[in-house]
Amino acid sequence: MSNIQERVVKTIVNKLGVKESEVVPEASFTGHLGADSLDSVELMMDFENEFGVEIPQEVAESMQTVGDVLNYLEEHKDELK
Amino acid sequence: MESKRVVITGIGTINPIGNNIEEYFHNLENGVSGADTITAFDATKFPSRIACEVKNFDPAAVFDRKELRKYDRYSQFALVAATEAVEDAAIDLEKIDLERVGVVWASGVGGMQTFYDEVMGWAGGNGTPRFSPFFVPKMISDLAAGHISLKYGFMGPNYSVTSACASSNHAMLDAFNLIRWGKADMIVTGGSEAPIIVPAVGGFSSMRALSTRNDDPKHASRPFDKDRDGFVIAEGAGALIFEEYEHAVARGAKIYCEVAGCGMSADAYHMTAPHPEGKGAKLSMRLALEDAGISTSEVDYLNTHGTSTPLGDLAELSAVQDLFGEDAYKMNISSTKSMTGHLLGATAAVEALACVFAITKGIVPPTINVEEVDPAIDPKLNLTIGTAQKREVKVAMSNTFGFGGHNSTVILRKL
Repeated sequence: MSNIQERVVKTIVNKLGVKESEVVPEASFTGHLGADSLDSVELMMDFENEFGVEIPQEVAESMQTVGDVLNYLEEHKDELK
Repeated sequence: MESKRVVITGIGTINPIGNNIEEYFHNLENGVSGADTITAFDATKFPSRIACEVKNFDPAAVFDRKELRKYDRYSQFALVAATEAVEDAAIDLEKIDLERVGVVWASGVGGMQTFYDEVMGWAGGNGTPRFSPFFVPKMISDLAAGHISLKYGFMGPNYSVTSACASSNHAMLDAFNLIRWGKADMIVTGGSEAPIIVPAVGGFSSMRALSTRNDDPKHASRPFDKDRDGFVIAEGAGALIFEEYEHAVARGAKIYCEVAGCGMSADAYHMTAPHPEGKGAKLSMRLALEDAGISTSEVDYLNTHGTSTPLGDLAELSAVQDLFGEDAYKMNISSTKSMTGHLLGATAAVEALACVFAITKGIVPPTINVEEVDPAIDPKLNLTIGTAQKREVKVAMSNTFGFGGHNSTVILRKL
């Protein structure tokens, strides 16, 4: 597991109280991981805090799965803290 | 339309002298003070550094991580107390009509700590709004009622009531009225408050409303004593299940007592100070007696608002004597705030529970910490000083008043 992935998984587990094994790239926040719309907004804010980036609102709203977040962060690797 | 009778079939609490009903009743009887030095935050620089805090309560042991993010402390207290009351009422959720079960829940301010945290976060940032999506729903004072309905699927009338320190009496009055008018079979009612936080203690301090007996917190809440110097702020919740009498009988419910009547009024006098002769308080008590069809001679126990402030205690007793005349000497009077402190919007619910205690156990809870009764108070009044008194209590009356001049009275009666 890459360092980014580890931190993403940890953030999600902390927030949603799900098992680490459930947080796979295909898992959707609202479908598989039991988040509601408010949880999802707060999760995006947690990723921003964790990685020191600002995710534009329209991008944040389009991210449905753990994989979407991983891809975005990988693409912006150089801007992360 | 024939008015229906309303009874109490379930009770629950978490407050400074009891994390459940059994503990609360035990400490009420034994005159235990819930006051101590504030531990919730560093109050070193505050004029009042004492409070009645809830003890040994670990939210993480009661709620999961997701719930904790959604529940302000005032909602946590609400859920703890309401859960105990619902379980006590032994409601079979499969058998009752959930559309006929409501929640009318009070809080004076709701999630003030949530508001404070979020605004402080904003103030410490760079101007970009970073408010949590849970900020608003966690803060607003109606959400405890919402959370209780979510937990059990109660689909009847659901809202919150706010009238400062009278809030949970007004919630109970609404619950009583809704049931007797046939709008619901059962209502979870009461109130919760979580005010032992920087902005609330700071704000009440500025009003000079709080006791500053910082070196002797256990004796700081001393209603009717000549050296009383303000109230002791407190936190917690009280919950009661109000139920239509026939409904309760049909399901074989245990019945604690009947809700006999209620009264409410306004002082229309001052923003925060009580009317010196308690004109509005008298009106509220008179209307409650009329509503219950009870005469002043029938009241065995009066649980006063009695906050331990210099003005308030005198105004209330003046109203009592004006209304009750000679009968004022026959009843027991006490202020259980001497033990619990003042739970603001939750106080009336916790005091209604003290009345349930008096009726069901035949014991009047005491006013503790009175060393010398204020010479301005008629010495012939029985203020139940020091220790609990045995007495058959058929009728108990409970007053609460709130900033804004709100007055409210509830009368409970042995069935």
